[in-house]
Amino acid sequence: MAQTAPVETERPVGDEDVVPDVPWIVIVWNDPINLMSYVVYVFQKLFGYPREKATRLMLDVHHKGRAVVSTGPRERCEFDVSRLHAHGLWATMQKDR
Amino acid sequence: MRGAPVKRSRRGGFDLRIPTAEREVLGAIPEMLRALLVDGDAADPALQRLYPKAFTDDEDASAEFHDITHDELLEQRLAAIDTMERTLRSDHLTEDELLAWLAALNDVRLVLGVRLAVTEEATVADFAGDPEAERAYELYRYLSYLEEHVVDALSS
Repeated sequence: MAQTAPVETERPVGDEDVVPDVPWIVIVWNDPINLMSYVVYVFQKLFGYPREKATRLMLDVHHKGRAVVSTGPRERCEFDVSRLHAHGLWATMQKDR
Repeated sequence: MRGAPVKRSRRGGFDLRIPTAEREVLGAIPEMLRALLVDGDAADPALQRLYPKAFTDDEDASAEFHDITHDELLEQRLAAIDTMERTLRSDHLTEDELLAWLAALNDVRLVLGVRLAVTEEATVADFAGDPEAERAYELYRYLSYLEEHVVDALSS
């Protein structure tokens, strides 16, 4: 890969300028009904996470009561929430503050 | 010890080994779910569990989201129930058919779980003295067993 001399640019100050869209997060909450194996399966299927990551997220949900399972623009998160609801998981979204 | 009720088949799809008596029990599920989904009271906690609020702290956005997504979600649920009903006696299911079973099984577990207010530590003793609740919990346990095997088979 070619390397070019660094170009000095003026960096904007403040988070809202560096990240123009405040990202959203999708949270899955613990519930006593969904099977642990099922939750792992759903995380793998919906998000393509490897089994290890899906299991870690499920355990976070189980032990900490919640886990952030995806992040992104609002539309993306709405899509993820509706798919999680279709699979019976208790999911909500909110702005990442 | 009996063998697994669901297994991935070498010829593709999945083999079902579910005794007739258990299929009879499963046979009641489609109608029960359909009645709730189509004619249920929107304030019913079981129904609310199937359509949770989408926004952590925004009631208006959640209501709007519900209006937009409800019909499609309902359609998906009804389609899964139809597929399960149609294949209730099958010894062999395609992957799509088994996914429909999984969706219906999980939905009915959510409904029963909410009705029984199950906890992670629940045992049959919690429902002793209430024959109807005991029966519902037995069904819930059986459906959990079956769903566990469906997930196993799909993940294998």
